[in-house]
Amino acid sequence: MKAIKHIGLVIFLIGLAIFTALPVLGTFNLNEGDFDNIVIGQNIKSEVFINDIKSNIVGKDFNGMQSLSPKISKALDNANKTHTTNKEWDKKIYTKSSDMSAMIGKKSANGFIADNKGLMWLLTFGLGIIGALMFILPNLILLGKKGIKNDGIYHESATNRGWIGWMVFIFLVSFYLVLYFASEYATNWTLLVDPISEALSGNPAGHWFVYGFMYCVVMTVMAVRMYIKYRHNIYQVFRTTSVLFFQIVFAFIIPEIMVRLQMPYYDFKNAFPLDYDFFFQWNLKALIDNGGIGIFILVWGIVLTLVIVPIMVYFFGKRWYCSWVCGCGGLAETLGDPYRQHSDKSLFAWKIERYLIHTVLLFVVVMTAMTLYSFFSETGTVLGIKTSTVQSIYSLVIGSIFAGVIGTGFYPIFGNRVWCRFGCPLAAYLGFVQRFKSRFRITTNGGQCISCGNCSTYCEQGIDVRAYAQKGENIIRSSCVGCGICSAVCPRGVLKLENGPEEGRINPTEILLGNDVDLMDFVNKK
Amino acid sequence: MEHIVIIGNGISGVTLARHIRKLSDKKITIVSTETDYFFSRTALMYIYMGHMKFEHTQPYENWFWKKNRIELRKAYVNQIDTDNKSLKFADGESLNYDKLVIATGSKPNKFGWPGQDLEGVMGLYHKQDLETLETHAPDNKACERAVIVGGGLIGIELAEMLNSRKIPVTFLVRESSFWNGVLPESESEMINKHIKNHHIDLRLSTNLKEIKSDTNGKVKSVIIEETGEELACNVVGLTAGVSPNIDFIKDSKIETGRGIKVNRFLETNIKDVFAIGDCAEQHEPIGNRRPIEAVWYTGRMMGETLAQTLCGNRIEYKPGHWFNSAKFLDIEYQTYGWVFGKKGRPDYEQHFHWKHPKEDICITVAFHKESKKFLGINTFGIRMRHEIFDKWLTEKRDVDYVMSYLKDANFDPEFYKAYENDILSQYNTEFNTNLTAHKKSWKRIFSKA
Repeated sequence: MKAIKHIGLVIFLIGLAIFTALPVLGTFNLNEGDFDNIVIGQNIKSEVFINDIKSNIVGKDFNGMQSLSPKISKALDNANKTHTTNKEWDKKIYTKSSDMSAMIGKKSANGFIADNKGLMWLLTFGLGIIGALMFILPNLILLGKKGIKNDGIYHESATNRGWIGWMVFIFLVSFYLVLYFASEYATNWTLLVDPISEALSGNPAGHWFVYGFMYCVVMTVMAVRMYIKYRHNIYQVFRTTSVLFFQIVFAFIIPEIMVRLQMPYYDFKNAFPLDYDFFFQWNLKALIDNGGIGIFILVWGIVLTLVIVPIMVYFFGKRWYCSWVCGCGGLAETLGDPYRQHSDKSLFAWKIERYLIHTVLLFVVVMTAMTLYSFFSETGTVLGIKTSTVQSIYSLVIGSIFAGVIGTGFYPIFGNRVWCRFGCPLAAYLGFVQRFKSRFRITTNGGQCISCGNCSTYCEQGIDVRAYAQKGENIIRSSCVGCGICSAVCPRGVLKLENGPEEGRINPTEILLGNDVDLMDFVNKK
Repeated sequence: MEHIVIIGNGISGVTLARHIRKLSDKKITIVSTETDYFFSRTALMYIYMGHMKFEHTQPYENWFWKKNRIELRKAYVNQIDTDNKSLKFADGESLNYDKLVIATGSKPNKFGWPGQDLEGVMGLYHKQDLETLETHAPDNKACERAVIVGGGLIGIELAEMLNSRKIPVTFLVRESSFWNGVLPESESEMINKHIKNHHIDLRLSTNLKEIKSDTNGKVKSVIIEETGEELACNVVGLTAGVSPNIDFIKDSKIETGRGIKVNRFLETNIKDVFAIGDCAEQHEPIGNRRPIEAVWYTGRMMGETLAQTLCGNRIEYKPGHWFNSAKFLDIEYQTYGWVFGKKGRPDYEQHFHWKHPKEDICITVAFHKESKKFLGINTFGIRMRHEIFDKWLTEKRDVDYVMSYLKDANFDPEFYKAYENDILSQYNTEFNTNLTAHKKSWKRIFSKA
């Protein structure tokens, strides 16, 4: 069994190594026809740029994106400089250089990788999946009888911020940096999943398709790990199945199929303000121009945020979204589960959390107000501030860096819910509802707590669960995503996630159940 | 300002200090030699198993004490001079008090076995015990076998710990079945099997004769009383219960028995000196409780109570209905009210027992033979609601009522398979009743007794 695990690990690492090497491999040769199509498709009017590309790139062989991409961005910079000097504003190209490189790269990729997409898929994704499963499945036997399986978590380098943890951190951060800021280097990755993308939407894959596909694959494989680890806990089994379903069907398949049917790309479960660009001008225009389905999406999006989300939180707590439906939550609960213990439980971290997450919520609300004002009044500025600038800042700082690079990249160091805890504006909104108007609570079982601290240690949201449990108080916290792990790891059966009457939900207690009844009444009533 | 000195920074002493601070402005000093800050000793096992780090076992952050003006003094008390209200520390310093509370907890029992003080022999109680264990049993190369002596709650925790590092364990239990002084037969039998299923070498009705030393004064082997068998081992865990940690006050004027003798107000024979937690011994047992209760929550409750007394509201220590919980490897155990094992079971106590056909899940309900009054419940693998059983015990419900409203009491996580219907139908068959199960009702759950 152990041998299978080790072989699996080696296979996984080979797949990962090939995948990691791909951005700098491959040959590229742009033919004139393809370039002409790009020029027409992108409506490029800059003859400086066109001539530059034609003389320096078209028909030439390039080895690896690192030799092609700098030439393209140089051409772009030169052209824009020239046009700025000559005040030829209509000729300026506003496409970002990494997008331009990605576009050209995708068309010009040839050679082994482009010709053997299936094989390359097997050597990367295939080996990764097989290796990971070989590593995970033997746990069914190796972990022994069902029960809590946290032995050795703080002895292992991978789960105790050791060198493996730091390697994973570097890998994840780099991956997100490529994805958000250097997507041309993802060109080879897009080739691998072209056949899948074409089967779904009919279009070749872009780097976001790679991400979406990978997201599903990683979640599925790591869900298998969850199923094995928590096989005694039916709540965890159901919850894992639910997030997996919503990711694969709602976030991945349905939007692709909608594109095939000439409908807008839309994830029906992705609620504003997590879906921060829902009210952006381009999206509203696209939806309105799309007729029936577009209007339906517009109405659905608004109803989802204003009606469905709060009502569901009232009945079930924000867990229904954050740990049963949401994609970010889904990744956190599968890929991120081995790192949940790294969330900071200090009071200081809680303070930071409240400032940060509510600032982001405020930011998104103000930005959206500006966006809608601009949209209806057809002006680009509000009180002298450019709406598009605010949108760009949000997209970059919150949408990309916070949610992606930090949110997921920092899993091995700060735990798996960094984004959900410190940044997600939807979580902040749901948190208000959960804290002030909800039937959800984690009930503390009278006086049974022994203050051991398993609950706090394994709370991914950094809630000091024990602080409440050892006082006999229910846990009512806006940040709780109801993952249920505190209840699972409790050795004394003290915690239960449940929905019940609002009355008595918050129960400040000084003297715990089991002591002198008169004393309890005397002290607790104060 | 009155100065309250508490010896011991365990759950009793710390709870007391916290509550005094809530109620008053008194000067509070906690003296301890074990650790700088309060930690939860119930979690020591999880540190060794790698579930947690030591810092995770500390329920309060380090700034907490200063902020709440609770002074911490790391020192060992050598002597208590009650005439001059003064403590003498091992480092030569002394400290005066106005009121003194002794909350020094327990120490592992040693019954005079030859070799009981050898290197590699340890209990599992103090933080230092964990450090010793880490030294002698870091893995199964340094420790090829460990022998545990004493089949109680700490013994099985130690077995689980060593098992987590794949160190072979031989578990010597004096009783004929695990913990059968407390558990009814069939439950105890289930735990026996569960222990063996974890590849722990459980030896029932087996006593330790002596521990043998190698030439360096380290443990080499143990000899078994009954068979004379010699078992080679590197570590011996002595887990045959605990007794009050009060050696340092034997020379003082404070009256002691096995523990420090206290009345119901937790007062000792000396004015302004009190004792709480594991080290306190009631003159008369309270109800079915033992005069010395080495249980986490009783320590906490004594702290809650004494704080009132020290702050001017003199009240008796009155623990409510008995409850407790434990975990035997993977099986969670809870108990509410009294369910006796074979030993010491009153004649009037009758049991109803239900066990899952395959899983390690069972319950035992104790009730009065004639009056049918519900006396208590043991549950294994099913969590129960403390509030509900506390209420039913206060309301003196009969067993039929408890069986038909059992769904109110279930505390298992959502979507777990519920067994109340199976349990009730077996009960109906056994006792020729025709009870129907009532659906869970929030209204009943939240109603007060």
